[in-house]
Amino acid sequence: MKDTHLAERVDTMTQLKISARHVNVHYGETHAVKDVSVDIDANSVTAFIGPSGCGKSTFLRCLNRMNDTIDTCRVSGGIRIDDEDIHDRKVDPVQLRAKVGMVFQKPNPFPKSIHDNVAYGPKIHGLARTRAETSGIVEDALRKAALWDEVKDRLDAPGTGLSGGQQQRLCIARAIATAPDVLLMDEPCSALDPVATAQIEELIDDLRQSYCVVIVTHSMQQAARISRKTAFFHLGSLVEFGETDRIFTSPEDPRTENYITGRIG
Amino acid sequence: MTARSHSLLVQDARTRRRNAAEARFRVYGLGAISVAALALVVLLSSVVSSGIGAFRQTYITLEISLPEAKLDKSGTRDPEVMAKVTTFGYAPLLQDALLRTMEQSGITTSLSAADVGKIISKEAAATLRDHVLANPDLIGGSVTLDVLAEGRIDGYFKGRVTLESAALDANTSPEALRIAQGLADAGVIETRLNRRFLTAPDASDQRPEAAGLGVAILGSLYMMLVVLVLALPIGVATSIYLEEFAPRNRLSDLVEVNISNLAAVPSIVFGILGLAIFINFAGLRQSSPLVGGLVLTLMTLPTIIISSRAALKSVPPLIRDAALAVGASRMQAVFHHVLPLAAPGILTGTIIGLAQALGETAPLLLIGMVAFVRDYPAAYTDEAGLFAEAATALPVQVFNWTQRADPGFVERASGAIITLLVFLLAMNAAAILLRRRFERRW
Repeated sequence: MKDTHLAERVDTMTQLKISARHVNVHYGETHAVKDVSVDIDANSVTAFIGPSGCGKSTFLRCLNRMNDTIDTCRVSGGIRIDDEDIHDRKVDPVQLRAKVGMVFQKPNPFPKSIHDNVAYGPKIHGLARTRAETSGIVEDALRKAALWDEVKDRLDAPGTGLSGGQQQRLCIARAIATAPDVLLMDEPCSALDPVATAQIEELIDDLRQSYCVVIVTHSMQQAARISRKTAFFHLGSLVEFGETDRIFTSPEDPRTENYITGRIG
Repeated sequence: MTARSHSLLVQDARTRRRNAAEARFRVYGLGAISVAALALVVLLSSVVSSGIGAFRQTYITLEISLPEAKLDKSGTRDPEVMAKVTTFGYAPLLQDALLRTMEQSGITTSLSAADVGKIISKEAAATLRDHVLANPDLIGGSVTLDVLAEGRIDGYFKGRVTLESAALDANTSPEALRIAQGLADAGVIETRLNRRFLTAPDASDQRPEAAGLGVAILGSLYMMLVVLVLALPIGVATSIYLEEFAPRNRLSDLVEVNISNLAAVPSIVFGILGLAIFINFAGLRQSSPLVGGLVLTLMTLPTIIISSRAALKSVPPLIRDAALAVGASRMQAVFHHVLPLAAPGILTGTIIGLAQALGETAPLLLIGMVAFVRDYPAAYTDEAGLFAEAATALPVQVFNWTQRADPGFVERASGAIITLLVFLLAMNAAAILLRRRFERRW
């Protein structure tokens, strides 16, 4: 595992995808994210770890402006994706969210058929004109989400009837279907059993080829297994950010070390 | 035994007390339910036992001769000339027909011919006149017609009037009842299903036997249409805006508090409002289903808004997030995902609101819907159309009939209550069915 990572690092030119500068988030009186600056590479997996309530999920939700939907939430600071300011007046959050897909902690398929779940995004963004094009996109997304073989015979079955792991992969397929560049995952495996978790992790490893994946996780083992870079959040601040291997083997900050070794969190 | 027993086979004092409290609570609950059920049974059985009679009616089958000399002296069958003969011209014909029928059946009496004629309802002459005017060819011959028996005679066959009570009654006599019994034995008088009760309009104080709910049902129906067409879209739009789009600030808090307050405002206040705004200010016609519907809309809106908001709120936020995260706009998220999931709840709330409006009396009294309406609203005679014609409503009709002196109206009022309850039960059943049918899990 470690060796392949090293080899890749030499092979691929790391390209900057997301750059956040001095991001602060307030929920009413609560200062949830404090002055976070971070650079996220394209075509790689970046993990956010940290104890509960440390602001890692809140920060993740800044990247596709999901926090806009919460009335009391105020975000300041600069976030640029592909060197474009996502808070620019001209940016419509709807288009941003098509480009930056998101998968949630709890699988949340629409109470519709498997096909309609995946086809919804392309439909509202006008990505498919004909029924054939739509089914092409649906099949492609389901294949990429490693779900096609399990559901190809029952695309009309309700998405809510699938198992938890399948539902989560369906949600990933739904996010992929709008052809995003970035996939945000907010603890995607926390509601899943170990087998389903392994499947999702394997899937994330494949998705890395084509997408910039940012994953929030509670499991340090998971971060170590799948990510190339890791950011450690504590009490709303970004404590340490760097190569995953280094963070887990020789953390610079004592707080990171305490968390990793299980003394806090 | 020690104070604290360690054996599971022996309950300690604390557990026994707890179990006793639980058993007592169950008994209280059962008691409360029994009292409620008993009250319901008493209510329903008293209403049904006094009202079921309204769905049956006593008719007299008479062969009536129609002499040309009395009904159309000119012999031209000109409708205008014939219309000059009023019901007073037709009443003696019915009286003659009854006397003749009695003779054929071998019934003799000491009563005068006029008193015998009282066995027939005053409504019968009007029925006969309408029939003859519609079929002028019958004049000169005879016609066999089922006409209404007078209210007391009807009451006698339903057990409401007895020979003893008739002796004390100025409107009938034991002799008249004996004649009626004789006619019934001869098969001339018969009590059977009363379709007119649901179709006929109201009738005057003296003829409860002719009174029906037709106009009241129609009026209620029109009002419900007005309420549905106005309250559902306005209520749902309001609740969607407040729940999904409105910013949370002092203003929206104020709106919210006031909607809750409006739901608790006594309904008669809405009647005063309707009187002031729709009738005195806007100049709409009083007693019309349009005004009634508008007033009931105002009254129903808070109910619909509150239940719709509750339905919208019960849709898990995960669904909204999912839609927003794939790039749906807020409106798309609401209309594609949230609203369909909330629809069963919204429909249930709407139907319950409608049912509430259907049974509402007080505000309608204030806008003149308590008027005595003898005729069906006739759209074709008025540009304003059906909704502006005077009408009445089911609960108001009940109120109206319970105030009348003739005991025959007690039965009519109870019959109207049964009809109203059937409508309400049907609406509530529809609400439950809709909820079962469209409820989806997520």
